[in-house]
Amino acid sequence: MKQLITFIRKEFLHVFRDRKTLLMLFGLPIAQIVLFGFALSNEIKDSKVVVADYSKDAVTRQLINKIAASKYFDLEQSLQSADQLQAAFKKGTIKMAIIFPQNFATDLIHTNKATVQVIADASDPNQATTITNYVTQIITDYNAGLANDAGQPMQILPELQMLYNPELRGAPNFVPGVMALVLMLVCTMMTSVAIVKEKELGTMEILLVSPFKTIYIIIAKLAPNLIISVVNLFIILILSSVFLDLPVKGSVLLLVFDSILFIMTSLSIGLLLSINAKTQQAAMMGSLMGMMLPTMLLTGFLFPIENMPLPMQFLSNIVPSRWYFIIIKKVMLKGLGFSSVWKETLILAGMCLSLFAISLRRFKIRLQ
Amino acid sequence: MQPTINDPGKQRSTRPVITAEKLTKKFGHFIAANELTFEVEKGEIFGFLGANGAGKTTAMRMLCGLLTPSSGKATIAGFDVYTETEKIKRRIGYMSQKFSLYDDLTVAENIRFYGGIYGMESKQIKIKTTELLQELQLQDEARTLVRELPLGWKQKLSFSVSLVHNPDIVFLDEPTGGVDPVTRRQFWDLIYHAADKGVTIFVTTHYMDEAEYCNRVSIMVDGVIAALDSPTRLKQQFAGNTMEDVFYELARNAKRKDD
Amino acid sequence: MNSLLFLLEKEFRQLLRNRQLLRTLIIAPVIQLILLPMAADYSVKNISIAVVDNDHSTFSRKLIAKITASGHFKLTGFTASYKEALSLVEQDKADLALQIPVDFERGLVRENSKKLYVAIDAIEGTKANLGGAYLSSIIKDFNDDIRLNWQSAPTAATFQSAPTIDDAPQISVAASNWYNPFMNYKLYMVPAILVTLVTAMAAMQSAFNIVQEKESGTIEQINVTPIKKHIFIIGKLIPFLVLGIVIFTLGLLVGWAFYGVAPTGNLLVLYGSLVVYLFAMLGLGLLVSTYSATQMQAMSLSFFFINIFNMMSGVFSSVDSMPAWAQAIVVTFPPSHFIKIMRMVVLKGSGFSDISYHLAAMAVIGLVLNTWAVLNYRKTS
Repeated sequence: MKQLITFIRKEFLHVFRDRKTLLMLFGLPIAQIVLFGFALSNEIKDSKVVVADYSKDAVTRQLINKIAASKYFDLEQSLQSADQLQAAFKKGTIKMAIIFPQNFATDLIHTNKATVQVIADASDPNQATTITNYVTQIITDYNAGLANDAGQPMQILPELQMLYNPELRGAPNFVPGVMALVLMLVCTMMTSVAIVKEKELGTMEILLVSPFKTIYIIIAKLAPNLIISVVNLFIILILSSVFLDLPVKGSVLLLVFDSILFIMTSLSIGLLLSINAKTQQAAMMGSLMGMMLPTMLLTGFLFPIENMPLPMQFLSNIVPSRWYFIIIKKVMLKGLGFSSVWKETLILAGMCLSLFAISLRRFKIRLQ
Repeated sequence: MQPTINDPGKQRSTRPVITAEKLTKKFGHFIAANELTFEVEKGEIFGFLGANGAGKTTAMRMLCGLLTPSSGKATIAGFDVYTETEKIKRRIGYMSQKFSLYDDLTVAENIRFYGGIYGMESKQIKIKTTELLQELQLQDEARTLVRELPLGWKQKLSFSVSLVHNPDIVFLDEPTGGVDPVTRRQFWDLIYHAADKGVTIFVTTHYMDEAEYCNRVSIMVDGVIAALDSPTRLKQQFAGNTMEDVFYELARNAKRKDD
Repeated sequence: MNSLLFLLEKEFRQLLRNRQLLRTLIIAPVIQLILLPMAADYSVKNISIAVVDNDHSTFSRKLIAKITASGHFKLTGFTASYKEALSLVEQDKADLALQIPVDFERGLVRENSKKLYVAIDAIEGTKANLGGAYLSSIIKDFNDDIRLNWQSAPTAATFQSAPTIDDAPQISVAASNWYNPFMNYKLYMVPAILVTLVTAMAAMQSAFNIVQEKESGTIEQINVTPIKKHIFIIGKLIPFLVLGIVIFTLGLLVGWAFYGVAPTGNLLVLYGSLVVYLFAMLGLGLLVSTYSATQMQAMSLSFFFINIFNMMSGVFSSVDSMPAWAQAIVVTFPPSHFIKIMRMVVLKGSGFSDISYHLAAMAVIGLVLNTWAVLNYRKTS
């Protein structure tokens, strides 16, 4: 036992002496959480919009004022011709053009019907849909006002309430996702590269020839990364609650327990990767290309899983971070307890144990 | 085995090719090389002996233009080591401990590359390559990747590549590590051959028997030159039968031993 | 100049000989480009909604039918109480909960207006936005429908005809979508994903390559030769520049073959921007290598940058939504500029003058990074 501790100490020294890598090990999660928490957001506001008013009447002026006053729009100066429109879109300076035709006012007065043309840059379809909707909302509200004035019946007034994240901040969605991503990637990359480095140097052989049991060697190799990741976890949680106003609504203990399960799973994956890699570069590229892709894709924080083709949805079931992500959201953001996450926890525990067992076996076999 | 070169006392040329005056290198408080002063004549085989950590490699790197001295003066082929490093580099060759050939290039490709870097024309390179391969008896290995060559051949090749551009001086940093005595002797044959042609050889080593092969030897202990003379005279001075005795006499009280 | 040619000869020989690396560098991006866009679909479909119908009237049933028929929503819960519906949202089984109150139909007819209650899981902003938008639009359409059908009947309260929908002025919106009329999300994502792949390759490989030479000792051999610093660095840049162009071209072909993404704009503009972009990213890789002594360090540093670039350059979330300070930081990221350029040229056919700002930004950043790398690289320590 004492030997194990000595061994673990040595592993720690390796890691802590390498300042630059240490910078990344701690700096990355911190920088990401802070940056993404504050900077990333799905809320669409201040979209640059240009208005061409060929009618110039009281109604259009009112509408234009409403649009300008809305936080969703940033009114650019008015355009005069259609060519200017194309050019402005191509330059990317505007996202939408609103055009009131010449006979807008006369149409409204004489036939009670007028049409305003709205052109959206649909390069980003979601953005286009959303801001088109915002404009339509403004027009609808205005219409409701007109209808009210005319004594129109039967108005349905939907009241929308945003739950858990009323300001539509990006943080609640991105922070859990980044947590899962970063913990997973750091664990697998660091572990696999560290083990392969020892293989390259030849010191691994020395260890294996020693009376140390293989499992102790592995535990010692995994220990520093485990501890660093747990420290990272706490740093992230503290940062989120202090700076991003995202406290852990549920049980911290539960969250930490599940996080440790997840970390152990990631470490085991790193172990598995290290077995076949011959060079550090191969280990790194393997972790990066092999893990980053599935993790980003299939965790569910960047892209909704239900949108994916069925085979991919199936695949996402075996990606550990997908389950961890659900747990974080439920425990941290929604404040739910074990009864809500027992299923995911069980799955995670199962993955952890089996991966660890498999990698342990394969590691031993490889050495023979 | 006796070196076939002449007594170093004989004048070879008027100006020394390497001069060093109180050359010093400090890393913080640690003085790696302390006020080294010496001169090397053209065509000499000059050995730099010492235990690991004594400062040999630091001294050599300063002379090659890889490390800036903290203080002191030095000139290589007449060029100042502080201000004219790029000019120095044109006239010297270098072979590092790791042999510095590209593992994933063939023998011929390595020669071609280094020749080209030193400004040789393609035609010249071709001629030189044939010469070199013949000399080393590696004609059949022209197209072999360097990583597949045995260690001894890599060393000889490295040495030859360092001479490809006909430099005035060649710096060898512990060139014979890890090979059997026969191979080492063959390597030294190459060195003699080059010295005969007028190339000055500056070599660091911790193999004491190689010290016998040099014209003059300097022994570094704790960053300082503890002795500098021909092997014969050093043995007389320190009443030893071999250079090993001499070295032992000088170095046993050294503070800086193996790292 | 000659030295440069010899240097390039050696670099290309080494690169082409490293079959394993080439395979990884070329095959991995291609596979990712094929798979990623399939998953990277932000278009919001199948939003799950839980409904509580306390009214059980014709109106409420019609409304619910309309919602489920719209194609945007999937009815995942039909509960007896709002509380139950909300717990479905909690359990991630529903994204929205809609409550139709008691007396919905009667209230509309008698009191002229009635409220509907909708709770939306706003953790994922886009889904929340669009879910709310689609639902609002369905409700509005429904509203117009029932008004139209109610026109002629007199109200119970008065014996006059109820005001008709024709009596009030109504403005309608004619919306059109330019550049991506089919709202194909792939067109938006494929160019961006291609950029991230090229980025990862460029930055990491160039950093790794030089650090490998450091670790194996061959760099010392180079430092001893009279080769000039900037020639050495250019000699390292060019092979990866070529590699980047190859990968990019492969990517374009894959994007066209699998997803029908074909650039509307000028290929010259595209490739010109690519070269400037690679210049900047490779400069970053070189810079990282001058600060790294081991491969592990090079990996850590480049991974740090790549991750931040990937998340913040507008691939997965729009740069325009970021606060001003964040946008200022993002301006220094070459990928954010190139992604914009890609999207503009591929989707809108923008030309050189349109992208000039972004192009200039990348060029400046590239110049700074490369100069820094050259200055930092010391042949003599």
